[in-house]
Amino acid sequence: MSDYLMECHGLYKSYGLRAALRGVDLEVGPGCIVGLLGPNGSGKTTLIKLLCGLLQPTTGWLTVDGSAIGPYTKSVISYLPDRMYFADWMKATDLFDLFQDFYSDFEYEKALAMCQSLGVEPRDRLKAMSKGTKEKVQLVLVMARKAKLYLLDEPIAGVDPAARDFILRTILTNYNEEGTVLISTHLISDVEKVLDEAIFLKEGKIILHDTVDNIREREGKSVDALFREMFRAEPMEGGEF
Amino acid sequence: MAWTLDDSRPIWPQLSQQLARQIIAGVYPPGSRLPSVRELAAEAGVNPNTMQRALVQLEQENLAKADRTAGRLVTQDVAALEAARLREAEAVIRDYFEAMAALGYTGEQAVQLLKEEFQ
Repeated sequence: MSDYLMECHGLYKSYGLRAALRGVDLEVGPGCIVGLLGPNGSGKTTLIKLLCGLLQPTTGWLTVDGSAIGPYTKSVISYLPDRMYFADWMKATDLFDLFQDFYSDFEYEKALAMCQSLGVEPRDRLKAMSKGTKEKVQLVLVMARKAKLYLLDEPIAGVDPAARDFILRTILTNYNEEGTVLISTHLISDVEKVLDEAIFLKEGKIILHDTVDNIREREGKSVDALFREMFRAEPMEGGEF
Repeated sequence: MAWTLDDSRPIWPQLSQQLARQIIAGVYPPGSRLPSVRELAAEAGVNPNTMQRALVQLEQENLAKADRTAGRLVTQDVAALEAARLREAEAVIRDYFEAMAALGYTGEQAVQLLKEEFQ
């Protein structure tokens, strides 16, 4: 039994001719919070979808909790997609019922308690909710499970900065101790403090994978500053606008 | 309390320093129980593993010790508290001299100005 909760080796994924992931090797242990950081189109969502089994790799292999992706890994992964996939006539409580039927590790009481602390009325219909509130409901669904691996694709993009802090705190206080949380985002300065490790993805490859403290110690700057430096786009010179 | 974290340094030493200052200042009196790792981490908005590392550092500095039943207790060792207080005082003094040097004062001038300010 390996010590890693999640492993990928030689992972390659292309959409037609366009390669989204180009040889990703990655090992992540249990009980940590990992940031998956990269500019738009660097392969963050593709990697997460491969872990969920929503996509099949072109070549390479990956395991979660020692098993190939399949029904078992799906039962231990709690996934927050980058877009909403529920019908808008549903209420949050309908979704809780749905999740309780589908996932044996879903804790109904915890979901209601989280709604209350996030200020969400669980009997409202989704279509009556703002974008940020809908995101909160999705987060509640995902964090109320007692999963081994939480995959959060852009969990804080649509909410205001105060709610962002609150959501990060919710993630911190609600993930179980052995669980690992993988957060993809480009709002690095907001998540930096809560991360154990940071992974930088660039054009489908991992260019950096280290602990946040190591990065700060070695570089003498925050992960956010390092990211800005590594991914700085040179403005086009001599061009006409 | 508000936790202030500087971007350019690793987080855990900053957390342990701020906890040490709170212990010295008596926010957590000698012999009292420190909040759990999770509570402290949630309060500071940081990862529990990072907070754990900060607390281990406090144990190494003999400012706190793990108790089997009550989590972590603040030390009652007066010598350890005094040593930590002195360490923090030295850090404040070093900062003063560095800031004065940056303004172009020599060490002697800085001491002189300090004396004048005190009187």
